[in-house]
Amino acid sequence: MFVCIKQVYDPEAPPENFKIDPTTDKVVSAPGVLQVVDPYAEYAVEAALRIKDSNGGKVTAICLGTNLIGDVVKKPLCMGADELILLEDPAFDGGDSWSTAYALAMAIKKAGDYSIVFCGREASDWNAGQVGSAIAEILGLPCMTLAQQIELTDTKVKVKRGTDDGYEVVESPLPAVITVSNEIGKPRYQTVKWILAAKKKEPIIWKPSDIGVDASKIGAEGRRSRLLKLFLPVSERKCEIISADTPEEAAVRLALRLRETKIL
Amino acid sequence: MTENKGVMIFGEVVEGKLASITTELLACGRELAKDLGHELSVVLVGNNVANFAREAVTFGADRVYVVDNTLFKDYQTDSYVPVMEKVVKRVLPQILLMGQTSIGRDLAPRLAFRLNTAVTMGCIDLSIDPASKLMLQTKPVYGGNALAVFTCRSFPQMATVRLKAMAPLPPDASRKGEVIAIEATLDPSAIKTRLLEKVKEEVEGIKLENAKVVIGGGRGIGSAQGFKQLEELAKILKGAVGATRPVCDNGWMPTTSQIGLTGKIISPDLYVAVAVSGASQHMGGCSNAKNIIAINKSPEANIFRQAHFGVVGDWKTILPVFSAKVKELLAG
Repeated sequence: MFVCIKQVYDPEAPPENFKIDPTTDKVVSAPGVLQVVDPYAEYAVEAALRIKDSNGGKVTAICLGTNLIGDVVKKPLCMGADELILLEDPAFDGGDSWSTAYALAMAIKKAGDYSIVFCGREASDWNAGQVGSAIAEILGLPCMTLAQQIELTDTKVKVKRGTDDGYEVVESPLPAVITVSNEIGKPRYQTVKWILAAKKKEPIIWKPSDIGVDASKIGAEGRRSRLLKLFLPVSERKCEIISADTPEEAAVRLALRLRETKIL
Repeated sequence: MTENKGVMIFGEVVEGKLASITTELLACGRELAKDLGHELSVVLVGNNVANFAREAVTFGADRVYVVDNTLFKDYQTDSYVPVMEKVVKRVLPQILLMGQTSIGRDLAPRLAFRLNTAVTMGCIDLSIDPASKLMLQTKPVYGGNALAVFTCRSFPQMATVRLKAMAPLPPDASRKGEVIAIEATLDPSAIKTRLLEKVKEEVEGIKLENAKVVIGGGRGIGSAQGFKQLEELAKILKGAVGATRPVCDNGWMPTTSQIGLTGKIISPDLYVAVAVSGASQHMGGCSNAKNIIAINKSPEANIFRQAHFGVVGDWKTILPVFSAKVKELLAG
């Protein structure tokens, strides 16, 4: 099994710490905002590890990016994954969903045998939610998105996937691509056993030439969609704080104020 | 620059009528079509969808392509991607829009890549750049912390649009439009997945996405039990109860009650956010609310940056008194 992960700025960091450099249209690394494994990718790692627990098999995490931090991207290993492949090269940088998926798909192809490729439902930076479907398209595989529960038999996988008003259960032959949503359940904690094991494991690093990609299809070169502008939304709203001597009194005043302004 | 022409909408039918997102897309598509001097079309795929073609015309479509076949009764990636590929290759639109619904989220990326183009997911604004004539696609990124504008030079330019980002046009019964049936069959070898079960999770009372009043609870509520108090206020105000992602992840509320970029998009007249910190991804689902009221114990909470009125304090003390006073005011 493969799990695609991504290193991102911690999306749980307070929004006021989030800054953009308008000259480069890039996010500024603000003090206190750390790089982490994308939370949705962690759910994907959890999904893969559960299959490993119940059905066995090997889990390989694969991460594309630049300026990757060893302790960050090794997290899947500390949770129980067996192997880590890094696609780290400036040529992979600046891509969109398509060029990223192309490089990941080529790496998965090179790495060989697999039953399932897991991705998070979307990454918390660009919130696109396309890489899983794109990998499936490139590899010619079925793809089930927004998985909430996954069950594997010898030759098939059954996925409960979220819909707007409930859920549906879809069955697919293997191999297949599955994108995982947070309803799958909390990712496990790192364990001492696996942290120690992770320390001894060196990630496998692949360059574009290692995976036989067409240079015009990866990174910024391979982009089909262009980013014109990245900016912070302007909010000029001023909140009227209702205060009083006691919280009970403030509650009453809030209700009265809402009546006064005809909101109630 | 391209032979592709026209703006096309992928339409959806929900519970026996044209989905509200489809009417919103038709309004947005009309504007784009006007700026390009092109026609606006809508595609309806499904079983017994031909009946909705006329309705689509009243909401702004010049042309309706209908693929009506029992084969397409339920949405499935494996059947809808090839049929849409066929329709797009025949009509060659310059722009193709879909809703950011569970179908759009699944269909749009795969179809875009099949067509050798790209799609921007979850847009809140679309317009035509007067100079390049390309579609400018604006969407929230970084969980709603920032906005990004994208363009794409391959055709059709594709985007999915978030629910309630645009207002539909009032239906015009005198509008004229053409309805064109497209025959489609399926190559059985292309169908790899099988739909085993489809379950609608009925919510009691008013639907969250349609409610005029929503009471939302965050992690600070602390338990499933705590939400009973929110339900009481919702009852008084004839509203619905929603929650943030951590609440749903903890199982205190069903996942279908999640408000946010990856959950429901609400646009009520009144949103009362109780013990909600105001994470960007949650705000992305409720920032359309006309009035936001926040009750939170931390004066630094992000929710106060977006709320119109707020009280700083423990919700356990404030909410019961507030609810009682609201009840009294509404009774009087």
